[in-house]
Amino acid sequence: MTQPLLDIRGLTVTVAQGGPDVVQAVSYTVNRNEILCVVGESGSGKSVTAHAVMGLLSPDQLNVSAGEILYQGRNLVGLPNSEWYTLRGKCFGMVFQEPMTALNPIMRIGRQVDEVLQRHTDLDSAARRNRVLDLFAQVLLPEPAAIYDAYPFQLSGGQRQRVVIAMALALEPDVLIADEPTTALDVTTQAQILSLIKDIQRRMGIGVIFITHDFGVVADIADRIVVMRKGEVVESGPAEQILNQPEHPYTRQLIAAVPHKPQGKAAQPERAPLMQVRGLNKTFVTGGRRVTALRDIELDIHQGETLGLVGESGSGKSTLGRSLIGLIPPDRGSVKMEGRELLGLNAREFRPYRRQIQMVFQDPYASLNPRHRIADAISQGPIAFGETRSNALRQARELLELVGLGGDAADRYPHQFSGGQRQRIGIARALALKPRMLIADEAVSALDVSIQAQVLDLLKTVSGQFDLSVLFITHDLRVAAQICDRIAVMRQGEIVELDRALRIFYEPGHEYTRRLIASVPGQSWEKPDLAA
Amino acid sequence: MKDFLHAFCRHKGGVAGVIVIIAVAGLALAANWIFPHDPWEIVNAPFMPPMTDDTLLGTDTLGRDIGAGIAYGARLTLLLAAVSTAVSILFGVSVGAISGFYGGRVDQAVVGFIELFQTIPSFFLAVVLVAILTPSMTTVIFAIAVVSWPPLARLVRAEFMSLKNREFVQAAMLAGQSNARIILTQILPNSLSPVIVSGSLMVASAILLESALSFLGLGDPNAMTWGYIIGASRSVLRDAWWMSVFPGVAILLTVLSLNLIGEALNDALNPKLARKRTT
Repeated sequence: MTQPLLDIRGLTVTVAQGGPDVVQAVSYTVNRNEILCVVGESGSGKSVTAHAVMGLLSPDQLNVSAGEILYQGRNLVGLPNSEWYTLRGKCFGMVFQEPMTALNPIMRIGRQVDEVLQRHTDLDSAARRNRVLDLFAQVLLPEPAAIYDAYPFQLSGGQRQRVVIAMALALEPDVLIADEPTTALDVTTQAQILSLIKDIQRRMGIGVIFITHDFGVVADIADRIVVMRKGEVVESGPAEQILNQPEHPYTRQLIAAVPHKPQGKAAQPERAPLMQVRGLNKTFVTGGRRVTALRDIELDIHQGETLGLVGESGSGKSTLGRSLIGLIPPDRGSVKMEGRELLGLNAREFRPYRRQIQMVFQDPYASLNPRHRIADAISQGPIAFGETRSNALRQARELLELVGLGGDAADRYPHQFSGGQRQRIGIARALALKPRMLIADEAVSALDVSIQAQVLDLLKTVSGQFDLSVLFITHDLRVAAQICDRIAVMRQGEIVELDRALRIFYEPGHEYTRRLIASVPGQSWEKPDLAA
Repeated sequence: MKDFLHAFCRHKGGVAGVIVIIAVAGLALAANWIFPHDPWEIVNAPFMPPMTDDTLLGTDTLGRDIGAGIAYGARLTLLLAAVSTAVSILFGVSVGAISGFYGGRVDQAVVGFIELFQTIPSFFLAVVLVAILTPSMTTVIFAIAVVSWPPLARLVRAEFMSLKNREFVQAAMLAGQSNARIILTQILPNSLSPVIVSGSLMVASAILLESALSFLGLGDPNAMTWGYIIGASRSVLRDAWWMSVFPGVAILLTVLSLNLIGEALNDALNPKLARKRTT
């Protein structure tokens, strides 16, 4: 058997200030001509391991304390910086999660790639330019010559990620490390980038370490899989085996939590509309640029239903949610709640409706005031609406109990909770005002998949228990189809399709919806039934 | 709080600064006991050099004790600096908060108002204000406060502008909290650390400003401040160095300590927030 390209043996990474090891005795190998997917939730050490391979750990924070990283038989641990310098680029290329921050915003695209070649090769400038254009063609960028002279902000997210990939490939590395390269991208763009990475890997015969948290993505591109949790490898093996016969309970739990081929909810008889949106328009004007975020939106939200609002970034779905709740004033149109017009009301007239519509925010870290105790954060709303302090605090505790945070949770501060727990707190806060309508704006997008499933369950339970209407805003059709009764698909400020969730997912009518569904990763994979 | 003290104590200069400031404050408080006589009282022959005839730091042109002047001067100087800083913080924070929170027209008006102050050299403005309003403790405090609030207002405005779009503030709006309550309980506590840091630096610059005014003879003529002592003896600087040097050293040490404290506060308050975010 041939020697593996990269062989990580018993790698342990410790925090400089002390505390538990971030990575404990991790071993895996990467061979030539394969894609190795490293899967794990946040904090599993998957990125730290990859950064250690690239020699990118900052010595004042993280240190490799044991183990070795063998690249073609040569140990890289403890190499001086100057030698890393030549290794990076020539042997390893790296693609980061956020393409916007990986590129210098004030330098032309072509020059940035050219710089890599200039430092590491002795080609003359004409040859370098040809090489860059050739690279751009390889990553399927349209009009390489035009892209060469463009600045990062002139490119779309997908194009930027292609540039970053081109840069990583510039010196023909043997190993490409991609750290969540598609997480920040829209689903249709993600599908393109995935097929590009797979295609390039096959053509160049390189080894790829692909770090991700999404089993759908894994199913699409992995040859082999390593599953990590809390700094340890829990399971590894060929993709087929892990995806279809996972052995470790954690892997099984992860796969079970993947929203995939949703069964959806049983059809409910339609009830009276709670909110009616008619002809809603909103245009943002920034420095002469006009962006139409909402164009003649017509939408009914029925009593007690969960309505999904699905679209890619910039489709106007968040603007719609924020217009309904009064955070953004729309330009034209009407929003009625049980026949009463809400737009154009002044602050005092709107106040009684204010508590009827509440919101769960996307970022569980940003949506709680770091200096307020949880019980105070939840009781602030009822107190503002005239509840006595002691009553409000008692109700806050009951609500915390309801969302599964009992005990002393009420007296603690936000930073003492995990992301999933904070999102539960966010839900409890929204419920504290006894609203009739809940707007959940990407409420589970920032959460790990297993926690995502729990929070979705909680949302489902409370919406049933309190007979809430929920407007569930998300970019992920799989998640929407799982918990929504109906789904509205938005594109460029318009609702292109609105139908029962399962019809949208399995029999999409509009061409755009079909494209969205086709881009959902992991289509070809039949998720094993692990409940049995 | 414990974390904060720990982080602060790691900054040695800051700890030294705190010690010096405590010593100066102690001197100010104990002035009555150390020097039972009034600092204006003529206690000795004029032009006595330091360490002669039971005057530790010498006497001035009229025979008043320099040591007593410095001790009583510490009282007035610190009080003046503290009050003027408090006034300008109160005003600057309120203006900045309103401007940053409401935005739009209000913000434009406030920014225009701030720029009006920032286009005039601040020391000249202070000189003119004191000259017009006739020098007294109140007018000096007023003049110092008027010239030192604009940068603070800008700082607070920027903090408020970024914080008001944070989700926890939007959540508070949705919870039906009033604007005043949101400003006071949600945003303000989260924007205090830069205010605290610049507040400590403002005390230092207030001392310098007051000394400069007194040096020019524009301080309160009935107030024995450090700047006044230096100003009164500037004409005899070459014959009697001690009259200007000792109060000068007092100003130097106090201002330096306050700057060190400001730096230590900055190190202690800001990286802590940064660390919290990453963990």
